[in-house]
Amino acid sequence: MSQTATMAGSAPDTAVGVEPRGPRPKPFFTPTKIIIYSVLVFFTLYFLFPLYVMVVTSFKTMPEIRFGNIFALPNQINFDAWIKAWTSACTGLTCEGLAPGFWNSVKITIPSTIVSIFIAAVNGYALINWRFKGSELFFAILIFGSFIPYQVFLYPLVMITREMGIFGTLQAVIIVHTIFGMPILTLLFRNYFGSLPQELFKAARVDGAGFWRIFFEIMLPMSLPIFVVALILQVTGIWNDFLFGVVFAGTKNLPMTVQLNNIVNSAQGTPEYNVNMAATVLTGLVPLIIYFVSGKLFVRGVAAGAVKG
Amino acid sequence: MQHSVSIRDLSLNFGNVKVLETLNLDIEQGEFIVLLGPSGCGKSTLLNCIAGLLDVSAGQIFINGKNVTWEEPKDRGIGMVFQSYALYPQMTVERNLSFGLRVAGMKKEEIERRVARAAEILQIQPLLGRKPANLSGGQRQRVAIGRALVRDVDVFLFDEPLSNLDAKLRSDLRVEIKRLHARLKNTMIYVTHDQIEALTLADRIAIMKNGVIQQLADPHTIYNKPVNLYVAGFIGSPSMNFIEGTLDGSSFTAEDGTVVPVATYDFADKSKASGKAVLGVRPEHILIGEEASRMPYNAEVEIEIVEPMGSDTLAWTKIAGRPVTFRAASDVHLEPGQKLVVGFDPARGSFFSSETTERL
Repeated sequence: MSQTATMAGSAPDTAVGVEPRGPRPKPFFTPTKIIIYSVLVFFTLYFLFPLYVMVVTSFKTMPEIRFGNIFALPNQINFDAWIKAWTSACTGLTCEGLAPGFWNSVKITIPSTIVSIFIAAVNGYALINWRFKGSELFFAILIFGSFIPYQVFLYPLVMITREMGIFGTLQAVIIVHTIFGMPILTLLFRNYFGSLPQELFKAARVDGAGFWRIFFEIMLPMSLPIFVVALILQVTGIWNDFLFGVVFAGTKNLPMTVQLNNIVNSAQGTPEYNVNMAATVLTGLVPLIIYFVSGKLFVRGVAAGAVKG
Repeated sequence: MQHSVSIRDLSLNFGNVKVLETLNLDIEQGEFIVLLGPSGCGKSTLLNCIAGLLDVSAGQIFINGKNVTWEEPKDRGIGMVFQSYALYPQMTVERNLSFGLRVAGMKKEEIERRVARAAEILQIQPLLGRKPANLSGGQRQRVAIGRALVRDVDVFLFDEPLSNLDAKLRSDLRVEIKRLHARLKNTMIYVTHDQIEALTLADRIAIMKNGVIQQLADPHTIYNKPVNLYVAGFIGSPSMNFIEGTLDGSSFTAEDGTVVPVATYDFADKSKASGKAVLGVRPEHILIGEEASRMPYNAEVEIEIVEPMGSDTLAWTKIAGRPVTFRAASDVHLEPGQKLVVGFDPARGSFFSSETTERL
């Protein structure tokens, strides 16, 4: 293995007539590699460009923006727009910036993520290891749920939460997020637990462990990769959610995305592009950080869920 | 005497598929039973039923006289060893061994005593602090056996425990399992598709096919007096030679007209010894040279292929128009094209009815 990993730099010269011996040389500039890398570089730039414009604009002053060179770097790094976006931009009637929205989003995201992942993990574990009569049908119905557009459920859910007396509260939006996370997360956990060797579960049963004991002591410690996947899916999904937040959370608990919308779409005065850009980057920061921190685990987890344990 | 394990009219269906059909099996105290058969014959399923990991469709299972048909696996007094070892990857060897005892809420000193004893028996004391990932295949299987050992059970269940190991380790661990059985004297039920394991380990072998036990007997009987054509063909490597023909009481006439005298053969029921039949002869029961000429049947044949196996040599030829293998000592020089006299005594062979495939 170490031989095949040798980099091009240390490979011997491959002048015509040299008798092949040892590791095969791996020249870096082959037509295939050039094409692959140019395509990759092109698309990377293509997708990064809007981000570049956003960040650059957020550091400019309004007069500089009006100048029109949106691709130009700022003359001077200026944090005013960021400070305003965080503390004093007007989101509808109040002018407290995004900070309250940020904390609302935190209050929504953390419990929703924990509750939905926990329930889905138990679901997936029960569906694969403790099959009951109709468990396959149950699972099929659950998965079917993920194909129905959210909007269809909106009105019934409003009625249900109103009847429960929690409409317009944090609980309502947390419950709704948990419900809608269920199909995909259950699928994820079911397939992951299904990829773990069945004999492990049997061995634990012979050892006398019950439902929860096997779950907590055998299954959970082996499930870190899939938990990271679920965590990323849920945190980004719930953080980026607009619809459920605006409908169920109530005006006091509006999440960051809704407040961002209120800032950007405010009709009064001239649009402050630098503040809008700063606010947007701020809102997108949490999912971005999650990706950067756990991207490697994410890929590993997805691969583990797809192929084997 | 009370049976250690008793299976009464056990059936198991998966939907419409009958995996086990009204199966009966009595296992004595301290007996080593091997369930042997090709994959899909229901042997692992039967073991899982005994363990309580599968619910049966009909019938009963008794362990030490107690009806355990509806009991949880932990309450059956069994320990199980799996093919893939099924060690808990996040626990050290010691935690793996003690898991079942901790679940049962046993006292710490007792747990330590039992783990120490199992580790001593299996020679795994130096490994107690390691995680399964840092163990070799043989060591893992030893720990898996240890996990059954610490629970002080009456019956050990082995589900193809050696199939994931390489040939050398397999034969080493095979001897160790035999030694373990000699020392512990527990009842052991061992599932395998490897006939060498079955023949070497078992007190009795149950050969299974399509969810039915074909023959239940000691290895010697299974090998020398197979009860039907299936068992005869399944056991033995290289497999038994079969010659088709007709029986008429005193002789067997093969399809090409070759006549084999059968006076020495011990028929189960002489009156039925007629009609179409199959003669089965094991390769090592076909003799050559001097000895061959003294056999009730002998003929001169030409060798087609020679396969030296090290300890002996396998040769292919034709008897009565059928391809036949025979075994010769490795110091006998054989080569393709060579002509020599071979012979056998039908008494050491087996006759099967062509109709029922049963032994005659």
